[in-house]
Amino acid sequence: MKIYFLNSVRFVILVLVQVLILNQFDILGYINPYVYPLLIILIPFNINSVQKLLLAFGLGICLDFFEDSGGIHAAATLIIAYLRPVLLRGVFGSSYDYQTLKFYDAAFKSRFLFVVLIVFIHHTVLFSLEIFSVNHLLYLFEKIIYSSVFSILLIMLILKLIQKDTK
Amino acid sequence: MQQIILFLIKYKTDLVFILLFILALNLTFQAHTYHNNTFISSANYVTGHVLETSEHIDQYFDLKSQNEKLLEENKALRYQLFNDFNPEDTLIEDLNFITDTLYKIKKATIISNYYDKIDNYLLLKGGEKEGIKEDFGVISSKGIIGIVVDTSEDYARVISILNTNTSINAKLKKTYHFGTLSWDGKDPNRMNLIDVPRSAPVEVGDTITTGGRSLIFPEDIPIGVISDFELNQNAGYYTISVSLFNDMTNLKGVYVIEHSKKEEAYQLLNPELP
Repeated sequence: MKIYFLNSVRFVILVLVQVLILNQFDILGYINPYVYPLLIILIPFNINSVQKLLLAFGLGICLDFFEDSGGIHAAATLIIAYLRPVLLRGVFGSSYDYQTLKFYDAAFKSRFLFVVLIVFIHHTVLFSLEIFSVNHLLYLFEKIIYSSVFSILLIMLILKLIQKDTK
Repeated sequence: MQQIILFLIKYKTDLVFILLFILALNLTFQAHTYHNNTFISSANYVTGHVLETSEHIDQYFDLKSQNEKLLEENKALRYQLFNDFNPEDTLIEDLNFITDTLYKIKKATIISNYYDKIDNYLLLKGGEKEGIKEDFGVISSKGIIGIVVDTSEDYARVISILNTNTSINAKLKKTYHFGTLSWDGKDPNRMNLIDVPRSAPVEVGDTITTGGRSLIFPEDIPIGVISDFELNQNAGYYTISVSLFNDMTNLKGVYVIEHSKKEEAYQLLNPELP
């Protein structure tokens, strides 16, 4: 029950932070960082997979409502939620299989790699669907790479800030 | 039967994923076509209120520059009022179409403005209650902004001119050569005017205004000036780069224009429709 409450609060906060603060950013005109994939990164590792997909879809569609963007956020968030187990196994190895994994116990390097992969996949799907034309290929790559860098930085910062001091 | 159920249970994650993903893609494709996306729209109660509240806070930080804009507009209007005004002399920022009773003007405030995507939309505070309906034009004191595509009680969603789906009839102010204004998705200060015939005397610095061939915008609303042009030798048409008067990244107060005889005109154009 506590998990549901915690994630609902995170959901609302992340949507509001994204829509009210980060969407006002326009670094160099077209770079827009997205931090809401953080919710998908932080949900418990043993969550019911159908619930996880529904959560991802709901989160994405909320942003689509605010940005009038059809279903691009929903599609991108669904993909990262669906691929998450594969990425977790690839990055964290056996500790994920034995269900003993705690996100903050893992080494910084693998945490960082996990965030990079999630954000990169998310942004690639998001901007490809948004631009949706091969005429703007170079623009698409620029947008994916620059926005990813800012998103990854922000997400790593937030992860550091909300880390509980357990040492 | 049992096997089907077992199959469903076994692959439930993948099935849910595929189902939701198809739904999301479907919504995306709908959004890529003009005028066809009424379900996912920020003109609803929840998103409208959230964006409006944020806008109320935001307003305070922007009062100075918005006041300056209003003062500038007032100055231009007073200038027209005091100087017995002659339509031939008035420059870019005239609002002389207001005197034309064919068009009714309503005011509205922008509460959400995107300009960094390929297909951009704006959200207005002001909807059906204020008499704002679909297909009304939206302008500011400096030029055109977009067209209303969807309305709710209190809010209206506007397709920005910075959207690859919009095409607006425009002309050279000097010579009445018409063309189509569109956006390539890159620079929010620049648009392209295509299909201007080669006989037109195009020069850098010339003013582009709306053409008045549509039922959405009145004629002669300023759009921008020509910053660059090239002639397509084979087709014999100019492609003109227009730099906009409006700063699309900084908009607050806008005017919504209603064409009061639109129904009548539509019926004449499409006599077979009831």
